[in-house]
Amino acid sequence: MADAAVPRFWRAIPQRYNLIANQCSTCKKVYFPPRESCPYCRRKSIGKMKNIKLSGRGEIVTFTIIHDAPEQFEGQAPYPMAIIKLDEGPKITAQIVDCDNNVKIGMKVQSTFRKIQEDGWVGALYYGYKFKPVK
Amino acid sequence: MRDVAIIGVGLTEFGELWDKSFRELIAEAGSKAIFDSGIGASEIDALYIGCMSAGRFVGQAHVGALVADQAGFSHLHIPSIRVESADASGGLALRQGYLSVASGLNDIVVVGGIEKMTDVTGNAASDILATGLDQEWETFFGVTYPGIYAMIANRHMHDYGTTREQLAQVAVKNHANGSLNPYAQFKRPIDIKNVLNAPIVASPLGMLDCSPLSDGAAAVVLCALDKAKKYTDKPVKIIGSGQASDMLPLHGRENICTFEATVYAARSAYKQAGIQPKDIDVAEVHDCFTIAEILAVEDLGFVKKGDGGKAIENKITTLDGQIPVNTSGGLKAKGHPVGATGVSQIAEIVFQLRGQADKRQIKDAKVGLAHSIGGDGASCVVHVLEAMK
Repeated sequence: MADAAVPRFWRAIPQRYNLIANQCSTCKKVYFPPRESCPYCRRKSIGKMKNIKLSGRGEIVTFTIIHDAPEQFEGQAPYPMAIIKLDEGPKITAQIVDCDNNVKIGMKVQSTFRKIQEDGWVGALYYGYKFKPVK
Repeated sequence: MRDVAIIGVGLTEFGELWDKSFRELIAEAGSKAIFDSGIGASEIDALYIGCMSAGRFVGQAHVGALVADQAGFSHLHIPSIRVESADASGGLALRQGYLSVASGLNDIVVVGGIEKMTDVTGNAASDILATGLDQEWETFFGVTYPGIYAMIANRHMHDYGTTREQLAQVAVKNHANGSLNPYAQFKRPIDIKNVLNAPIVASPLGMLDCSPLSDGAAAVVLCALDKAKKYTDKPVKIIGSGQASDMLPLHGRENICTFEATVYAARSAYKQAGIQPKDIDVAEVHDCFTIAEILAVEDLGFVKKGDGGKAIENKITTLDGQIPVNTSGGLKAKGHPVGATGVSQIAEIVFQLRGQADKRQIKDAKVGLAHSIGGDGASCVVHVLEAMK
């Protein structure tokens, strides 16, 4: 993504930096990333989607240890990636850190703000959420 | 809707074809299919080309016009349509061609599939393939295409007791089949130890659990069934065509061990064909990773959910099994030039239904199925074909 312009990342900052989701006031389902409308309540949800800040707490649904990593992540490999079910309902894909690559299904985790990837030595650094085990 | 038959098929060999260009590959597959069908160029009403990412693999967009030109049809000025649905592009191109003939718009169309993946480095190719995942909410955070399927595998093992050895057996079976297929990228059988000892890509998946980077092309000629007898004694009828979609990221879905897109696409294909999963004699399924074949045999209804691992262990899906799966070697051993794969699956089923599959021939195969997945299951195309008497 070395040729990506800044706005591409600028747009995602509220979600990637602060875990902002939204909730349908009609059926109470929570969406991350936020949606324009609720796929189930459709037009009944328009104008009734409310932003909420997620707790960042959740549980690991599944995981893998990535050995063969993309160039922007090579310095981090091997590293664990997981799908996490957040306490508020949505699932999310993220890296697990501070765990010595010891990850299990069902493990409780908490979000943390970290550097995600870099465009080589001179390119941009990209930040966002990772998750660490709850001690 | 009119009945539609396949009256010709053509394939290039799959592999790292460094001395053949994108253009040469699609022209080779297309002319083989046209020769096989016996039609003349002036009879072709349209071209449909499945291609995932020529724009990034070879720096060439405008694939529809390029292929018409390369085939020598530019002076005929026929419509030529490029179709994209990640690595289900070939399957979807077939469906678009099929719908155009079934609707009565066209009488004869040629459907091609093409990808040239080895003109970029392995790292670049992996990045391009990963564009079939969710760029903003999956790959940005460091997950890879094998990583996604590895997460499915770990959860499948957790929920259903599927074992590492069962995953490996899928690769062993498909390499054994590939060794009998002259078009396959890997014609060498492997054993379970080779798979288990291969370098880890994303745990639990190792290198031999993954389909390779490949170059290759495939093509088929479709014709309205009532006109097909003019060209061939052995038309193969398309009796079911289904397509479905799902949430783009895996984590967006309720259940990560089921591809609902497969379930829904198969359901509509079976319904149209008026058959049950048990009526299928031979199937080509989308085994981009070993776990993907286990998921496919479950989601297509060949075995019940969770029994995919046992199906391979009990040899239900081998050449002499109850429902032979991936007789061509599958994506794993035949190779996976992503845009070509869906069309090449159709070619294999046609070989089987015509009795032309040589050493991998399934005896008395009458009904075959082809299953093509895009990315990590956000799109799926299923076709059911039947041999005509």
